[in-house]
Amino acid sequence: MNNFTNRKYIIGAIFISIGLIFLIRLINIQLINNKYKLDSDSNVLRVITQYPARGLVYDRKGVLLVYNEAAYDLMLIPRQLKEIDTNAFCKLFELTKEEFIEKLTKIKNYSTYKPSVFEKELSTEAYANIQDQLYKFPGFFIETRTLRSYPNKNAAHLLGYIGEVTPGIIEKDNYYKSGDYIGKSGIELAYEDLLRGKRGVKKVMVDVHNREKGRYLNGTEDTLSISGKTLHTGIDIDLQTYGELLMQNKIGSIVAIEPSSGEILCLVSSPSYNPNMLVGREVRKNYPILSKDSLNPLFNRATMAQYPPGSIFKTIQALIAMQEGVITENTGFSCLKNLVGCHNHPSATDVASSIKMSCNPYYFQVFKKIIQQNKAKSIYKDSEIGLAEWSKRVKKFGFGGTLQTDIPGVKNGLVPGVEFYNKWYGEGRWAFSTIFSLSIGQGELGVIPIQMANLAAIIANKGFYYSPHIIKRVDEKATIPDMFKQKNYVGVDAKYFEPIIDGMHRVTSEAGGTARRAKIEGIEVCGKTGTAQNPHGEDHSVFIAFAPKDNPKIAIAVYVENAGFGGTWAAPIASLMMEKYLTDSISNKIKEQRILEANLMNVTPKK
Amino acid sequence: MRNQRSIFKNIDWVTISIYLALVFIGWISIYAAVYNEENSAIFDVSQRYGSQLIWMIFAFIIAFVILLLDGNFFTSFAIPIYGLLMLILVAVLLFGVTVNGATSWFEIGRVKIQPAEFAKFATVLALAKYLSMPNIRIKEFKTKVIATTIIAIPALLILMQNDTGSTLTYVAFIFLLYREGLSGNILFLGVLAILVFVLTLVFGATSMILFGFIIFLLLYAATKYDLKITVFTTLAIISFLIFNTYFEIKDSFIFFGITLILFSIFLFIFTNKKLKDKGSHYLGIFIFVVSCAYIYSIDFAFNKVLKEHQRTRITVLLGEEDQLIKQIKTLEFKMNEETFSQEQKLVIKTDLKTKKESLKELQQGNGWNIKQSLIAIGSGGFTGKGFLQGTQTKFNFVPEQSTDFIFCTIGEEWGFLGTSFVILLYMALFLRIIFIAEKQRSTFSRIYGYGVASILFIHFIVNIGMTIGLVPVIGIPLPFISYGGSSLWSFTILLFIFIKLDSERLFVLR
Ligand SMILES: [Zn+2]
Repeated sequence: MNNFTNRKYIIGAIFISIGLIFLIRLINIQLINNKYKLDSDSNVLRVITQYPARGLVYDRKGVLLVYNEAAYDLMLIPRQLKEIDTNAFCKLFELTKEEFIEKLTKIKNYSTYKPSVFEKELSTEAYANIQDQLYKFPGFFIETRTLRSYPNKNAAHLLGYIGEVTPGIIEKDNYYKSGDYIGKSGIELAYEDLLRGKRGVKKVMVDVHNREKGRYLNGTEDTLSISGKTLHTGIDIDLQTYGELLMQNKIGSIVAIEPSSGEILCLVSSPSYNPNMLVGREVRKNYPILSKDSLNPLFNRATMAQYPPGSIFKTIQALIAMQEGVITENTGFSCLKNLVGCHNHPSATDVASSIKMSCNPYYFQVFKKIIQQNKAKSIYKDSEIGLAEWSKRVKKFGFGGTLQTDIPGVKNGLVPGVEFYNKWYGEGRWAFSTIFSLSIGQGELGVIPIQMANLAAIIANKGFYYSPHIIKRVDEKATIPDMFKQKNYVGVDAKYFEPIIDGMHRVTSEAGGTARRAKIEGIEVCGKTGTAQNPHGEDHSVFIAFAPKDNPKIAIAVYVENAGFGGTWAAPIASLMMEKYLTDSISNKIKEQRILEANLMNVTPKK
Repeated sequence: MRNQRSIFKNIDWVTISIYLALVFIGWISIYAAVYNEENSAIFDVSQRYGSQLIWMIFAFIIAFVILLLDGNFFTSFAIPIYGLLMLILVAVLLFGVTVNGATSWFEIGRVKIQPAEFAKFATVLALAKYLSMPNIRIKEFKTKVIATTIIAIPALLILMQNDTGSTLTYVAFIFLLYREGLSGNILFLGVLAILVFVLTLVFGATSMILFGFIIFLLLYAATKYDLKITVFTTLAIISFLIFNTYFEIKDSFIFFGITLILFSIFLFIFTNKKLKDKGSHYLGIFIFVVSCAYIYSIDFAFNKVLKEHQRTRITVLLGEEDQLIKQIKTLEFKMNEETFSQEQKLVIKTDLKTKKESLKELQQGNGWNIKQSLIAIGSGGFTGKGFLQGTQTKFNFVPEQSTDFIFCTIGEEWGFLGTSFVILLYMALFLRIIFIAEKQRSTFSRIYGYGVASILFIHFIVNIGMTIGLVPVIGIPLPFISYGGSSLWSFTILLFIFIKLDSERLFVLR
C-alpha cells in the first residue's frame, strides 16, 4: 500500500464540486432564468396574421365604390438566404446590384431570422412573373395582403383613404400593430371599426430552416379572421360623378341631401383627386404632390371650408322674425338703399317677395326688429338680449357647431353671440348698428357648405332635419345609429315656412327672381341665391335649393369660390344636379355646356 | 476453480445498474432527438435509435464476453493491447476516412469505427500495468517520463488525426497520476491556472485582482483569528467597491497601481501589529504580485496577442456578442467621420472586417450552437416539456443533438428533474468506481479503476459543461448516452474490464 490513500478524498471532492457547479448552473438556467423559455418560443413559434378583408362600400343604388385587390409583398428571412444568382434576381425584380445589397443590409441589420418585407406590393402581373422562379431564391417568399381599389375615380373626399398606423395610434389602441392599415379620412376613418373586421392569428411551429412543422398547441390558440362589414351608403355615385364633372375648373363644393332621410347624396369638393392615387405604394409618390398643390385638393371644402353664407341667410332671418312675431308674412319694408346697398327692384310687400328679390334693406329692417325688441332701456342691453335669442335660434338650424354628421373632421363654422361681440368690442359697446351686416349673411358669420345644404333640407321639411349622414345600412341590416333616425326640430312652426318656400319658388320661376337660371322644365324648384362678399377677390357664388316644391326629394347647396353673383354660376349648377338626380337626364344641354366650359379658377382678383 | 456463477455473484451490480440506466437514458434520448411522426417505429434500423439499439446489443455481448474472460488476460496483455491500438492509430492516419475534418475513422462496409475511442482503455491498461510494476515510484523522474510517454503517444497520434477534442481527454490522467503520488501542487496549479484563466476572461482582470485580494485578506484574517483585521478587510472591500463603481476605472494598469498601493497600506498596518510570523507577509506579497502579473498577462495575451479568430472561440464561450456589436457600431461610425485620414480609415476598415467575421462566427457558428443549446436546456424548466415534446431538439435548432449535444434533449424534455438525475447518476458512478478502486488489493486494479473514473469524468465535464455554456465547444461524446457505436463499445469495454477485475478482487493479488 502506498501513502496516498487520502487523496481519494481530494479527487472525490473535485468530482463532487464539478457536479455541484453543474447543478447550480442548471438551477440558474432551468429554474431561475426565464429568458430561455421565451427564446425557445420565439425560435419555433411563428405567429401568422390572418388579415381580414376590409369591408366593401356601395352607393345607394348598389354600385360598388370600394373593394379590395390582392397585393403581394416579397418577404425575406436572411438566415435562410443561400448562395443565389444575384444577377438573375436583380434582373427579375428590376433592381441594381447596389439597391439589392442596400436592401439586404438594412434587413439583416433588423433581424436575420425574422421575416422582413423586401419589396412591397408587387402587382398581380409582377407576381405572376416571379412566382415560378421564386424557388431559385431560398429565403424569399410571398405574403399576400390586400389594397383598397376604387373602380370609380370619384368621391375621394367622401371615401377617404387608408394608410399605415402611426406609433401614436398603436400606443392608444392595442388592436393595431405596426404595419397595419387604418382609415385616415372619410368613410374609411368614420367606419374604421366596422370596415376593418377582426384580425385572426395562426400560430405554427417552424424548424430551424423556418419550415412549417404543424400547428402550435394543435391550433387551440388560433383565431379566424372576420371580414369587415359591408357598408351601404346613401351616396349616389352618378350624381357625385356628375357634380365633380360640373365643378371641373372651379373651386368650391356641392352638397346634396335627401331631406326625408338626411342621407347625403353627394359631397363634391373641387378640386379633387383620384382616390386610387393614395393606394399602397403610390401614396409615397402622390401624397407630397397633392399636399403641395396650391389649390389644396386634399382639403375637403364641403365639410371644412368656412364661408360667409350671403343672402341665403335671409331665409333664416325671415323665419326667426315670424316665429318671434316681430313680422308677419305680409310685412313689407321699402327698399331704403341708404340703410344698406341693394339692386333696383320694386319694394317687397311681403316675406315671399322679399325672398324672391333678395332685398337687402328689407332684411336690415327685419333683423333690426329681431335684435331690438325694446326689452331693455339701453339699446346696448336691448341688442344683447335680441342677439342672444337670435344666435340660439340660428344654432338650432345646425349652424355654429351643432350639426352632427358621420363625416370626420366637419368644421363648426361660426354664429357670433353676445360673448363674441363683448370680446370683440367690449361689453355694452356694441348695438344693432354694429352688427347689422349679419342681417344679410355677411359679417362675422361663418358657415360650412354641408350646413347650407342642411338649411335647404330644413326648409324642404318645413322645420326639421335629420343629421346628414353617409351611412344607409350595414351589411343587409338597416341598422344605423339612432342619431340619424331622429328629427331635429329647429323651433320654427311649419306654417312660417310657406311664405319662404313660396318666395324660393318664385326666385327660380318668376320674372324678377334672382335665379331664373335654376329653373328646370317640368319641376318646381325652390332656391335662394347668395353672393358672399370676399375681401380677397371676386365674390363667392352661393345657391341653396330643393326640388320638387311638393314632397322634395333633394336639397342642395352649391358654393363656387370667386364666381361672383350666386344666380350666375351656383344656381345653374344646382339645377343641373337636381335635374340629373330627379330625372336622370339633362334637358337644357346649352346650360350644361356653359357650365362645363366655364373656367373660374383664374378669375382675376377684384382690385 | 471458480465457476461462471461465481463470476456473476461477485460483480458489482450497483455499477452495472448505473451503466444500464445511462445506456437506456441515452437510447430514449436519441429516439427523442431524431423522432419524427413519419418514422416512429422504435426498431427502425435506418434511424439512429434503431442502430443505437444494435450497438447496445453488441455492447452487452462485449460486456458479457469480458466478464467471461479471466482478469489475468488484461494484465498479461495490457502492453500488447496498447501496442496494437497504437498501430491501429497509425494505420488510421494512413488509411482512415475523413469526417468533419478529422481523419479518425475506419470504414468497414456501412459501419464506421473510430479507433481513438478504443485507445483510451488501452492507454489505461498500459498505464496501470506500468505503474503497478514493483519499485516504480512516481516521484522518480524516469517514471514521470515513461508515464507521460504512454499518455502522450496516443494523444499525439489523435492530435495528428486532427481530433483535438479526443486529444484533450488525455489530460484526465492527471487525476490518476495524482492518486498514485504525483505532487498535489501540480494538480492544484493546473486546476487553479485554468480556473483563473476562465474567470479573468469572464470578469476582467481588475475584478479578479480585487477578488483575489479579498480572498487573500479573508484567508489571512481567518488564520490569525484577528477581529481587527477582519474589520479592515471589510472596509477594504467596501472602499474598493465604491472606488470601482464611482470612478469606473477603465485602464486596468492604473487600477493595478492603486490596488498595490492600498494593499501596501493595509499590510503596513498589519505588520505594525508586530505579529510573530513576519515571513508569511512577504510570501503573501510575493504570491499576490505573481497572481496580479499572471492575471494581467492573460488580459494582455487575450487582447493583444491572440488572433481575432482565436479570440472569437473564447468570446463565444463568454457570450460577448453584445460587446462585439457595440464595437462594430463604433467602428462604422468612425468610418463615416471625416477627421480620419485615408490610412487611418484603411486600418479601421480591416479591423471592421475581422470584427464582422467574428460576429458572424459568433452568431452562426459555435456561438449560435451554445445559444441554442442553452435555450433548449433552459426552456425545459423544472419538469421539462415531456417526452417527444421538445421543440428545440425536434426542430433541429440544437446542433449534433444525438451525439455531442444529447444533454439538450434530456434538459428540454425532462427538465431539471432529468438533468439533475443524470448528473447524480454520473456522480454516483464516479464515486462508486473510486470506492471500489480503493478496495482493491491489487495495485493494477486500483490504478485501472482511477483511469476509468478519470476518463469518464473528463468526458462528463467537457460534454455537459459545453452544453450548459461553461466549457468551450469541444466535440466529445457523453459516456454511454451519446449516439455512436465506437464510443459506446469503448466505454463499455473500459468499464467492464474494471468490473471484471473487481469481481476477482477476493481471489487475486496482482
Ligand atoms: Zn332692395
